[in-house]
Amino acid sequence: MAQVMMKDLNKKYDEVHAVKDVNLHIRDKEFIVLVGPSGCGKSTTLRMVAGLEEITAGEITIGDRVVNDLPPKDRDIAMVFQNYALYPHMTVYDNMAFGLKMRKFPKTEIAKRVGEAAEILGIQELLKRKPRQLSGGQRQRVAVGRAIVRHPQVFLFDEPLSNLDAKLRVQMRVELKRLHDRLETTAIYVTHDQVEAMTLGDRVVVMKDGWIQQVGEPLELYGRPANRFVAGFIGSPSMNFIDVTVAESNGSLFAETPGLRAKVPPAIAGRLGPYKGQRVTLGIRPEDLHVATGGDGNDYSFDTVVEVVEPLGSEILLDVKVGSNVIVARVDPTVRAKLHDKMRLALHPERVHFFDNKTELAI
Amino acid sequence: MAAREPRSIAGGAGGAAEAASRVTVAPRAAVRSPWLGQALENERILGFLLLSPTVVLLALFIAYPFVKGVWISLTNATVGNPGQFVGIQNFEKVFHDSIFQQATYNTFVYTALATVGKLALGMWLALLLNRHFRAKRLVRASMLLPFIIPTVLSTLAWKWMFDPTFSVLNWSLYHLGLIETRIGWLTDPTMALMSVIIVNIWRGMPFYAISLLAGLQTVSPELHEAAAIDGANGWQRFWRITWPLVLPVTMVVTLFSVIQTFADFQLVYALTGGGPANSTHLFATYAYQVGIVTGLLGEGAAVSLAMFPMLFVIVIIQLWYIRRVEGA
Amino acid sequence: MAGRGGSGAGMVEGAKWKKWVYFYVPLGVFVVGTLFPFYWMFVTAFRPDGELYRPWRAPNATPFWTTHPTLEHMVYLFKQTMFGTWLYNTMFIAVISTLISIFCGLLAGYALSRLRFPLAGSIGTSIFVTYLVPPTLLFIPLANIVRDFRLGDSPWSLILTYPTFLIPFCTWLLMGYFKTIPKELEECARIDGASRIRAMVQIVFPIATPGILSAGIFAFTLSWNEFLYALVFLSSPQQKTVPVGVLSELIRGDVFFWGPLMAGALLGSVPVALIYSFFVEHYVAGLTGAVKG
Repeated sequence: MAQVMMKDLNKKYDEVHAVKDVNLHIRDKEFIVLVGPSGCGKSTTLRMVAGLEEITAGEITIGDRVVNDLPPKDRDIAMVFQNYALYPHMTVYDNMAFGLKMRKFPKTEIAKRVGEAAEILGIQELLKRKPRQLSGGQRQRVAVGRAIVRHPQVFLFDEPLSNLDAKLRVQMRVELKRLHDRLETTAIYVTHDQVEAMTLGDRVVVMKDGWIQQVGEPLELYGRPANRFVAGFIGSPSMNFIDVTVAESNGSLFAETPGLRAKVPPAIAGRLGPYKGQRVTLGIRPEDLHVATGGDGNDYSFDTVVEVVEPLGSEILLDVKVGSNVIVARVDPTVRAKLHDKMRLALHPERVHFFDNKTELAI
Repeated sequence: MAAREPRSIAGGAGGAAEAASRVTVAPRAAVRSPWLGQALENERILGFLLLSPTVVLLALFIAYPFVKGVWISLTNATVGNPGQFVGIQNFEKVFHDSIFQQATYNTFVYTALATVGKLALGMWLALLLNRHFRAKRLVRASMLLPFIIPTVLSTLAWKWMFDPTFSVLNWSLYHLGLIETRIGWLTDPTMALMSVIIVNIWRGMPFYAISLLAGLQTVSPELHEAAAIDGANGWQRFWRITWPLVLPVTMVVTLFSVIQTFADFQLVYALTGGGPANSTHLFATYAYQVGIVTGLLGEGAAVSLAMFPMLFVIVIIQLWYIRRVEGA
Repeated sequence: MAGRGGSGAGMVEGAKWKKWVYFYVPLGVFVVGTLFPFYWMFVTAFRPDGELYRPWRAPNATPFWTTHPTLEHMVYLFKQTMFGTWLYNTMFIAVISTLISIFCGLLAGYALSRLRFPLAGSIGTSIFVTYLVPPTLLFIPLANIVRDFRLGDSPWSLILTYPTFLIPFCTWLLMGYFKTIPKELEECARIDGASRIRAMVQIVFPIATPGILSAGIFAFTLSWNEFLYALVFLSSPQQKTVPVGVLSELIRGDVFFWGPLMAGALLGSVPVALIYSFFVEHYVAGLTGAVKG
């Protein structure tokens, strides 16, 4: 059983409180991604699991052991570093064999495991080379190989793809996912790239300023963000936020701001009740806006003026002005739009989000 | 100044005249004539010119004395008397001199043991200083003091600490119950050589420590972390990761240090003067004794020069080793 | 640092006591071992003679410090010996030698690292090869040469010979610094109208200031440390440098005047230590720069 549990985990460096009350239960064989901007505490949390940082308060359990006081070598984990951390003076083979040598595995077993890992990763040809003779992608594979041979209980990944160029990154992402399916080992993966998080994770943990903002499956984070930060962090281009006032008219609630008057969908209206007359933040993703057709009623449509047109081929991004706000809409590639055009957009009522202005929580 | 075609700047004939005429700030007094200015723009002339003070000084006070030293060693010169050519007579005499043989033995033992001691302790201290702790800078700066303070002065402090009657070391050891009779730090022949080695280690260890520390800092901490996760304990991490990666720096430091230690004079002269019973004489101190104190310049020069071939061999071996390690 | 709440940097290492045994204790021993002789020098310099000469077996109420500090040794040092003169001599020689060495080192370092000319490689190598010829090999013939040049028993005998072991190091160090300065800076200056020499002095040298400071402090401390040449070339007491003076004038035959000796050693060490303390970083940079090649 290789579940990982973090209970009330805290980390303080002198004055800086880097990780605050992290509670997380990672299931066996789960691939969990910690994501967030720099400084959010995700790497620190990972390093505490690895034993590379001491724990200020709280508890970490790997399998059925509490590992707080165990040095890294006794935790039965393997780690892939952002800069690969390959031993420059050893060949690829020796790099991969090192961990097994430390644990006194017999030579034949080592050869077998290294061979297997090399095959899985396609680096059999490179075994006799030294790290400085390898490309970035190859080094990364060796780093992964070094982790695989140990057959650990948990894999830890610290932004392993950050140093690769964009194309390679996409390719490696897919390979890592396949690898995980094949190896079926618990994995904790840290990244600042929300695309990686969404595509790789069984569950995603969004962190900011040392706090966990939300934990959930990727689509849950996308569709039902718990607060404004998660809503803006997940999804690209990011969600539009508009400051609106909640007004009542004819028994229905409306979200209003100069230039925009949208009805609050009945499903959400109940929750918004207490905010009558107050200001809240409305959130709508660019992909949930479309050019208004006859079928869209007035309730959910509004006028805009086009400011920037970004044709991407598969879609067009429009920066449009609504009142004093500028928002981004993602529309069909067939839409003809020019600078300063007037355009009427409609939003998808099921996909509107509202956030409390003070707490930033989703309403 | 107008209507001149653009010229290349890469020195050569005429370039400097061009440059001198285009300079908007008042020309330096040094460039008095176009010919001189032009010469100074020439890479070759400038190169030689810049090197000349150094070359002159080194030629006068190293090359010339070296040659002269060889000459003197082949004569029976004494102070005030240039003497006559006697061929290798001095060398024969010296090689059969039992004190010289003792000095040879002493120098090799001194160099070998002191170097090993300095390397081991220096490396240990470097590893300790490589961590983070409060007052790290202060500690690091103060650790260099033995190396900074004039050797003779700190050696005198040791001599006082080793004094047969008043040694604070003997006092402490006695009152801790560890010894009954006093340790003859400088009075017992075998012990004296050890004492000299100890002081040399004390003095030279900081040089190793600080240099090796710089080497250690080039090893990315991630490598240690990866090794720790791979299952290596502290000792294994040192031997298999740190040591091989720091080896180039280690070899260079050792090379410097071995040359210095082999040719050491001050420390032994101040601490024991070569005694007791010639048990601490090194090449340098014995050469001084024979050449300056006794006044037999020819023989003294021979003793000095005897150092040279061995020094040369040691250096060649180390340079070869460094080349091998860096190539790997 | 105790307990789990500390500043927390670093790997988990298992039991807490390990940190004490493997780190704090050895570090403490190193610090004490390294600094004790200086401390002892200090205490002895201010200890009255009565307390000083107590045999090793005798009990001693205050073995490691004194309750009656005295300046009698300092006074003896300055009144009965020419210590003040020695201090001045040593400082004078060190400063001038350092300046000469830096001057030569700058010029030679620049030439070797920036200019191409025939024999550059050979000359460069031979400068460093002089390191193989230590002073202890040369002092006998040099004694004659110094006399022949009529420099005997004067500070100039040292001022001109010290650079022989200071210049190679300064050159090496400064070459390292010059190599990190992009050629484009000089080329730009020369296009702007500066001569080579001007570009060298006004562009390259100022940027290499940290290197100059490093070379300077290193040369300065090495000068103070020199003993053999000073011992052989100087004879009259008023010309001596501190190390030579302290060693020769405070020992009469077999009698060691330990109080003044330690006072002399202490005061002789203070100027160097003081100046070093202002330039520690530069010294360390110089040391490590040279070694890392």
